[in-house]
Amino acid sequence: MMANKPEILVIHTSAPKVLPELEKRFVVHRPPEGGRDAFVAGIAERIRALVVSTFVGADAGLIGSLPNLEIVINGGGHYDSTDVDAVRARGLPMTYTPLVTTEDVADHVVSLLLHAARRMCEGDRFVRAGAWSHGPMSFGARVHGKKLGIVGLGHIGRAVARRAEAFDLDVSYNGPRRKDDVSYRYYADLAEMAAAVDFMAVTCGTAPETHHIVDRRVLQALGGEGLLVNVARRCVDQTALIAALKEGIIAGAGLDVFESEPDLPDALLAMGNVVLTPHMASAAFEAKQDQVDMILANLDAHFSGQPLPTPIP
Amino acid sequence: MKPDILLVEDISTALPILELLEPHYTVHVLPEDSEVPAAVAGRIRALVTTTNKGVDGALIDALPNLEMIANAGAHLDRIDLAAARARAIPVTYTPGISVAEVADLAFALLLSAARLTCEGDRYVRAGRWHDGMLRFGIRVNRKRLGIVGLGRIGRVVAKRARGFAMEVHYHEPNEMTDVAYRYHADLIELAGAVDFLVVTCTSGPETDGLINGRVLSALGSGGVLVNMARRAVDEAALIDALENGVIAGAALDTFAHEPRVPDALTTMENVVLQAHMGTKTWETKRAFAARTAANLDAHFAGAPLPDPVP
Repeated sequence: MMANKPEILVIHTSAPKVLPELEKRFVVHRPPEGGRDAFVAGIAERIRALVVSTFVGADAGLIGSLPNLEIVINGGGHYDSTDVDAVRARGLPMTYTPLVTTEDVADHVVSLLLHAARRMCEGDRFVRAGAWSHGPMSFGARVHGKKLGIVGLGHIGRAVARRAEAFDLDVSYNGPRRKDDVSYRYYADLAEMAAAVDFMAVTCGTAPETHHIVDRRVLQALGGEGLLVNVARRCVDQTALIAALKEGIIAGAGLDVFESEPDLPDALLAMGNVVLTPHMASAAFEAKQDQVDMILANLDAHFSGQPLPTPIP
Repeated sequence: MKPDILLVEDISTALPILELLEPHYTVHVLPEDSEVPAAVAGRIRALVTTTNKGVDGALIDALPNLEMIANAGAHLDRIDLAAARARAIPVTYTPGISVAEVADLAFALLLSAARLTCEGDRYVRAGRWHDGMLRFGIRVNRKRLGIVGLGRIGRVVAKRARGFAMEVHYHEPNEMTDVAYRYHADLIELAGAVDFLVVTCTSGPETDGLINGRVLSALGSGGVLVNMARRAVDEAALIDALENGVIAGAALDTFAHEPRVPDALTTMENVVLQAHMGTKTWETKRAFAARTAANLDAHFAGAPLPDPVP
């Protein structure tokens, strides 16, 4: 039976649990670190499927070097790490794992907001340091009933809005266009929204037009009691944010993404009024399991001649 | 002539009440562990205290012309109500103000313990992100939440949970007819049926140590406990369960002997610890102060008291 197992090349996966499952079904090849091209050259003709991730994809050279490649399988909702044009030029199908983590990311957005407002990580440090015996912890800010502005009302933004409604938050949003199917208040101008809300959650996708849209001017509009939550890469000008936090232009922040992770500026690491999490908005083990299931479902469908569950659009 | 009132000092709650009272009253502040000066005692017509400080019978006796007691807080267990009643002195309080505040923190603590938020913050600040990713947390959305005590706070927690598409279960001595959540007459059965347990019952002899080792075993090794109810959790059993992986994690806002917290907890990774912060926001404190002042104002205007103790 071994001889009948299709051979696949796994470039990268952020869901290590997928590997034993893959090995049950396929002959799995994994290039050693640093020696990818030489390794691939030796097995290129045998490879029928390529597994990549949001973090490490496939370039045109790799795709071109696999003459019998039938499909590219991406683990993750974003697939810009792979040269999609090169895949298409070959007429190959490609799949990804969309929306697997949407709800988990939204959970973390609301969690970061609550943590920043109620000063929970600060409070946890306070108790662990034994400071409580010397006096009470200072107060936090109320969350329920206030105003939340969502930057980018995509899948994640909508999931955040549903949660926010359960906290009686008054939801508004900013984006390139008004959405007809929601009743939340729309602001075409981001600074105008920032001035009108207490909290702002940045959930927009990464695109040239959203690069650093949250800048000093927007933070000034958010104001001295305002809180910022960020789970979107490259949308927030980190230098402006650090200055705003230092100068009291805004009250605090909950941040899951950073420029040049995992290196964080010391200025941020030393701040008490921020919550810093290591890009873990989607890091629930059930989410990873869902991703594993979807990767396997796409591979199984391909090799049994069934329609692919989640091809890229 | 402004009425003279006595304010029992309570730095731990730091009520922003002085600025509300001083324009209308001559406020005498009673420092901690001190007695009312004899020269003042006879002039005091109202007493303002807090849930934390209360009023004992001796203080009431020391004030011959006391007309009312205003408690800035929802709990009355440190107020000698019998002594007040014996002199027909009305007592007011501020119920309901912090219900949603406590519920917000309860749900936030659930997210924190399940998704490792404060652990992640420690991880980043310690520079450990360079060594690789933090372990994965536990998904919250679409999971099963068990609420122990579906009172006013528990109901708001349930409402928050619905925003996360959670399935809500609860335990109470009696089934509630006005909610659609799943009822469990047996607490162990509830713990066995859910992923997370949030304890929001009132503190009292009947709930002392309610969450014991058996309940935690039923909750199980993937389970998370959140406690907002003083004394309802058997702290030794909880520490044991956390140390031995009987449950996955816990988030605690109250402790058996606070502000002392056992070292076993302060050194543990899989717990989130808060300094009894359920009600502690500026907005709540301002609301406590405003309601307390409103009750005083009503008394001295001869109007019905907005919040008399039933």
